[in-house]
Amino acid sequence: MALIEFNDFSFKYVGSDSLALKKVNLSVEAGEYVVVSGPSGCGKTTLCRAINGLVPQFHRGYIAGNVFVDSKSTRENSVADMAGITGLVFQNPSNQLVTLNVEKEIAFGPENLGVDPAEIRKRVEHLIHLLGLEHLREKHPHEMSGGEQQRVAMAATLALRPKILVADEPTSNLDPQSAEMILELIAEQNREGMTVVLVEHRLDVVAKDASRLILMNEGSVVADGPPEDVLLMDICQDIGIGIPKAVEVFKRLRSKDLHLPEVPMTGEDLVRIFREVVEHDSA
Amino acid sequence: MIQLDDVHYAYDGLYPALRGVSLEIDEGESIAIMGSNGAGKTTLLKHLNGLLRPQKGHVFLDGEDTSKYSVAQLSRQIGLVWQNPDHQLFLDSVEKEIVFGLKNLGYDEEEVSDRCDRTLERLGLTHLSHRSPFSLSGGERKRVALASVLAIEPRILALDEPTIGQDARQKERLAKMLDQMNEEGRTVIVVTHDIEFVIEHFPRTLAMSEGIIVADGKTEAVLSNPTIVERCSLAVPQMTIVAQGLHQLHPEVSPRLTQVNEIESELIRLAGGI
Repeated sequence: MALIEFNDFSFKYVGSDSLALKKVNLSVEAGEYVVVSGPSGCGKTTLCRAINGLVPQFHRGYIAGNVFVDSKSTRENSVADMAGITGLVFQNPSNQLVTLNVEKEIAFGPENLGVDPAEIRKRVEHLIHLLGLEHLREKHPHEMSGGEQQRVAMAATLALRPKILVADEPTSNLDPQSAEMILELIAEQNREGMTVVLVEHRLDVVAKDASRLILMNEGSVVADGPPEDVLLMDICQDIGIGIPKAVEVFKRLRSKDLHLPEVPMTGEDLVRIFREVVEHDSA
Repeated sequence: MIQLDDVHYAYDGLYPALRGVSLEIDEGESIAIMGSNGAGKTTLLKHLNGLLRPQKGHVFLDGEDTSKYSVAQLSRQIGLVWQNPDHQLFLDSVEKEIVFGLKNLGYDEEEVSDRCDRTLERLGLTHLSHRSPFSLSGGERKRVALASVLAIEPRILALDEPTIGQDARQKERLAKMLDQMNEEGRTVIVVTHDIEFVIEHFPRTLAMSEGIIVADGKTEAVLSNPTIVERCSLAVPQMTIVAQGLHQLHPEVSPRLTQVNEIESELIRLAGGI
């Protein structure tokens, strides 16, 4: 069984008259970096909640089908049981921070899982350094800017050493350089073996790291594959998601019979690929 | 119309957020405020409608010091949309959220319902009008918060990170609505990290860092200045990265291009003969 398995999973929130997820089938293997995108309200956040069991354990509603994470059914295991497997970072970090300072916030999760205090101290120091939180050590989370809060929330999640990191638009509130820092950190965790599921609208900043891109629309998965394939599909325009400008250029050149051998995800990619083509042809 | 004169503010008197900000915004301008997290952008917005008052310095609206006006009075002139919609939404249906402000301003029933319907449609929310905002997605809640203020059509709109959680199509809708309000003579001020959004819709950009304004001018000039980009944690647009890369290989390519079609034509030109 794959690390994350959705089998014909449907879900409808109490009080809502439409399904948030419709017969979703999905397998994510350990070590993948999956980006999930789609119009707002398409079910991305519900998908995240279904992976860590908040759906259906906390958010109640109509359920059909099953979700297995690390071979455990999310119907039969509590959120607490799943918390050691899946770490979730939300859109709004202020909804996630519970304690009075950065150190306590990072230590809170592992303390609750009964991790040895010396080990907790080690993790706290490592993460404070890794996320550049030294200057915030004594600050109350609610005195921090949105970006600072998100870095603390990310540190608190990583402190649990989850197998899967599910991040729901974790960089929305961050300035571009802090966002890049968080995304680099996530990519780094993935290179070290952590499975990543990242929800994001801005594919221009995340497509380069992803091994797989899933597009959702109205509760269903409508495209699933390597980013360089999915971003060329017409479905992107049909459901109104933005593709990276570099991919846009690739498509325009292709329509004028100028074929680049690779689909560029970033500006740097585009320059490199173009250069190789020109040099190759002039050689 | 809006004037800030050497405004200082420190939270709890300890954490300086604004350290001497002076600026002027004319009626009908469309201006973006950019800068790193913690630069003071949101603190600046809160001074516009009196939610925060300068500890030193002054804020003027139409030449009058705003210290003599209440937040309620200023709110009639300046509509502020928070970064986090959950700080703003409190009613149990989308429609009620939008109607609330309009009723408080004393519009008659017909005008209230006209404005409500029009705003819902413009922001793609019509199909959600009877839903509870708390059952909506983050992106949808953000649009409801925007709608509740845009429906009032205040003279000055101040939006904190309006594009968060919005897909390309919704962003386009929002931009169109803001452009339209600006054409009607309203002043639009946005705080955002979304550089493409700024390039396409805001002629003037103000860059902040550590509580001061470090650049204020034409958007293109501010965003193509590498020192300011670095100091204010701004992003370099993807097409500008390409332009800079091409410029190194072919000096005749301008390193300041920002648009897809500009890069497209340069690449076709450079590939000429292949």
